[in-house]
Amino acid sequence: MSTQVRNNDFTIRIANVNGTGSASANTLLMKAFFRMGIPVAGKNYFPSNIQGLPTWYEIRVSDEGYICRSGRVDIMVAMNAQTYQKDLAAVSPGGYLLYDSTWPRDKQLAREDISVFGVPLSRMCNERFTRARERVLMKNIAYVGVLAALLDIDVEAVKTLLRESYGAKPQLLDGNQLAFDLGYDYAREHFPCPLPIRARAAGKTAGHIMVDGNTTAAMGALFAGATVVGWYPITPSTSVIDSFKSMAERWRRDPQTGRQAVAIVQAEDELAAIGMVLGAGWNGARAFTSTSGPGISLMSEFLGYGYFTEIPAVLINVQRCGPSTGMPTRTQQGDILACAYASHGDTRHVLLFPANPEEAFYLTAEAFNLAERLQTPVMVLTDLDIGMNDWMCPELKWDAAYQPDRGKVMSAEQLEKIEKFHRYLDVDGDGIPWRSLPGVHPKGAYFTRGSGHNRWGTYTEDAAEYRDLVDRLLKKWETARTLVPPALIDHAGQHRVGIVSVGTCDGAVHEARDRLAATGMHANYLRVRAFPFGSEVREFLDAHERIYVVEQNRDAQLRSLLLIETGVEQDKLVPVLHYDGMPVSADDIIKGINQDVLKGKAA
Amino acid sequence: MSYIAKPKVVHPGLPRNELGLSMRDYEGGMSTLCAGCGHDSITAALVQAAFELSLPPHRMAKLSGIGCSSKTPAYFLSASHGFNSVHGRMASVATGANAANNELVYVGVSGDGDTLSIGLGQFCHAIRRNLNMLYIIENNGVYGLTKGQFSASADIGSKAKKGEVNRQPPIDPCLLALSIGCTFVARSFSGDKEQLVPLIKAAIRHRGFAMIDVISPCVTFNNHEGSTKSYDFTRRHYQPAVYADYVPPAQEIRSEQAAGSLQAVTMHDGSRLLLHKVGADYDATDRLAAFGYLSRHQAEGAIVTGLLYIDENSPDMHELQATPERPLNSLPYAELHPGQKGLDAIQARFR
Ligand SMILES: Cc1ncc(C[n+]2csc(CCOP(=O)(O)OP(=O)(O)O)c2C)c(N)n1
Ligand code: SF4
Ligand SMILES: [Mg+2]
Repeated sequence: MSTQVRNNDFTIRIANVNGTGSASANTLLMKAFFRMGIPVAGKNYFPSNIQGLPTWYEIRVSDEGYICRSGRVDIMVAMNAQTYQKDLAAVSPGGYLLYDSTWPRDKQLAREDISVFGVPLSRMCNERFTRARERVLMKNIAYVGVLAALLDIDVEAVKTLLRESYGAKPQLLDGNQLAFDLGYDYAREHFPCPLPIRARAAGKTAGHIMVDGNTTAAMGALFAGATVVGWYPITPSTSVIDSFKSMAERWRRDPQTGRQAVAIVQAEDELAAIGMVLGAGWNGARAFTSTSGPGISLMSEFLGYGYFTEIPAVLINVQRCGPSTGMPTRTQQGDILACAYASHGDTRHVLLFPANPEEAFYLTAEAFNLAERLQTPVMVLTDLDIGMNDWMCPELKWDAAYQPDRGKVMSAEQLEKIEKFHRYLDVDGDGIPWRSLPGVHPKGAYFTRGSGHNRWGTYTEDAAEYRDLVDRLLKKWETARTLVPPALIDHAGQHRVGIVSVGTCDGAVHEARDRLAATGMHANYLRVRAFPFGSEVREFLDAHERIYVVEQNRDAQLRSLLLIETGVEQDKLVPVLHYDGMPVSADDIIKGINQDVLKGKAA
Repeated sequence: MSYIAKPKVVHPGLPRNELGLSMRDYEGGMSTLCAGCGHDSITAALVQAAFELSLPPHRMAKLSGIGCSSKTPAYFLSASHGFNSVHGRMASVATGANAANNELVYVGVSGDGDTLSIGLGQFCHAIRRNLNMLYIIENNGVYGLTKGQFSASADIGSKAKKGEVNRQPPIDPCLLALSIGCTFVARSFSGDKEQLVPLIKAAIRHRGFAMIDVISPCVTFNNHEGSTKSYDFTRRHYQPAVYADYVPPAQEIRSEQAAGSLQAVTMHDGSRLLLHKVGADYDATDRLAAFGYLSRHQAEGAIVTGLLYIDENSPDMHELQATPERPLNSLPYAELHPGQKGLDAIQARFR
């Protein structure tokens, strides 16, 4: 066993059964590190099930601030007998495993290269707690106590967190503190505490928060002034609406009248959800929906309608593992192409790609501006990893000067002055026509139709008029290219190798680049944040000889999109793909890149 | 949909309503439907109803799905915004539009295919939300626009033009609407303007989901012998149960208690609806009785028409949502965001 001390650089995995209330214990543990000033990330690997199936929670503690999945398990808390064998096998050599020794474990299962600690968690809790539910819950808090002793976690940080959570309920507080102490004392008495892997106060989390991206996306919508929501429940997007709802109750409710400045309509399906959003957008309210893969498939017809009739709409797609129902509680970036070209005919949609909860906040707010400025549906593509996991990010700020960009909307006064209003006329030459809202002025009336229409806003089946309109939409697309957030580029120097990635790959790419650089391989980095791609994307591709396109799907969808939309030479773009449903790790990327490098050497 | 601009010549002698508008101000483009199509008569009834109610056209919004029937919003109210949506999904668009602005009058036009087949789900759920709108089904028992397939409202035994016989039971939108809590259920016939116009007026004034199923023969694909949605068949089996008489708020009602066959309903805005009942025992405020009455007569092959059920007291979507009185789309941004202070308060629990 390695005795070399490693501070703030380890990964804990807790194996449990879902429905046993381990979530609050795991959050407590994660936040304890955060309160000690140590960068930390929590990832929940849970089943698509309500009770009784295996679930894992992984906490990565990293002084360097690496937030992606580490691909390692330094200490396993094996609370689930069902998965014990698998969990034991998952521990990295030199690591530790903690299990509930109330019941004997299979002697056949052993590993020489790790240390195993048995703690009679159930027995201790059964002795001290009487109610069945309490016994189950407190077992979880007890292993937090054990870990605190083993990893040298600041006990005061844990107790403060407990007081903050249960201060108002003394009985609960006492119970939790007792359970924590049971585990803590037992470990101190029986094991060599602390282990060589340790937590050390680091002062690196000031000015930061721990938050999931569904919450921040909802905050983005709240701050952008969204007033109409149409939605249908689907994992992993549901908590966007849950968060929005609870924040609306707090921030949109008039305490005097009890009325709430928002309509949140639970639709009968996703077709209706997006229909509602379009109806509201057409009528001048900021509206959004949130969904995941299967919902995108259902919304396709309406998305094409919104594109063709030019109605603002915001859609948050928290991507999950497809195809079909796929693995609803696993992450993927598998909807890039489906969203870019959603619906039949020549359609293209503006997409935004946040990489973390911080960006999910700002880009969701920005999506509303873009949707109204460009009069088109805008999709924010996050994924389960951003949406449902806890990320450390800088505190969010709101610009006091922010005013929503409502785009080109004719006021009653403007309508009064003009002779005749034409809905689809490109008056300004940027491909974006002016629109009018119902109820504002008699001269504003026009007929919105998904069938052929011309620049005057009337029906057409005329070849030239139709082309005129769809070509103008292309011109608008070019305008969109200049308005969407540009790709972020990190130029490390004059290197021939580049990495391109998107969304949640970002953390793993950062870590992979550091590690590759240590071995002498330097790569510049571009992360796309929007579709259409700005000119900087093409320039980056042109400037590098070999470009690794890192993404989390099987079919290299970002790469395909880059090839289609930039015309870059195909062989230059080397796919680095990860698509098993788990978030990508730096190892996955390094492996992919090294494979290509080796191939190059062999050739 | 086809659209031909209609020259607007207003005769000086044309009657004007309270807004000083003539009927022409409520018309739309020239219809491109088949001559004699029932849908055109419904268009005319809508124009007349809006004119008689003196509604400002730009404060109305018309919505539809896809079908011959759904084309008709291009033929009325050219001074209103229109939204010709996708097939079967008008109800959801209307829901969002209404959520955004509760002040406009929403007129939805759909077909039996658009509502009872592809759009059945959205129709039912708009009813359940008691969305404040007029929803007209222009019911011809066929898919007109795709050339004559049976729709879900075709009766058993009904013959298609080419002789095929329908063997599947129909969905009766009135019975369906009654069973899921619709607050205004009516049926009429495109050929009976006397009945239809007051019904439309009452439906517009109703606060909640007002559904009118209008039998509207398709002269091209479903007006032959053996069709149960033809002009002939409908006239022969037509059975009015109640005639509605819409009385604006200011107007006095003359003989409220005159006959046992008269039922007065006070609308939400204070206006009154006088229901002349054909059978003295019909009670348009009794959902169960209406259901029984309709079912009994349906079994006898009669097409019961009139205002079949009304409930003025159920909360509409906005009440259920507890939205403010001011339209959501008009709330100033300052009222909508919590500011940096709010943001800090929200973030306090993320540490
Ligand atoms: C998604 C989709 N499927 C099919 C169609 C083709 N379609 C157009 S109209 C129509 C039927 C319309 O029937 P109905 O609503 O009864 O209207 P009618 O023409 O009889 O007035 C169909 C199937 C379509 N437009 N969209
Ligand atoms: S096909 Fe039938 S429904 Fe369509 S316009 Fe002609 S008559 Fe009317
Ligand atoms: Mg029809």
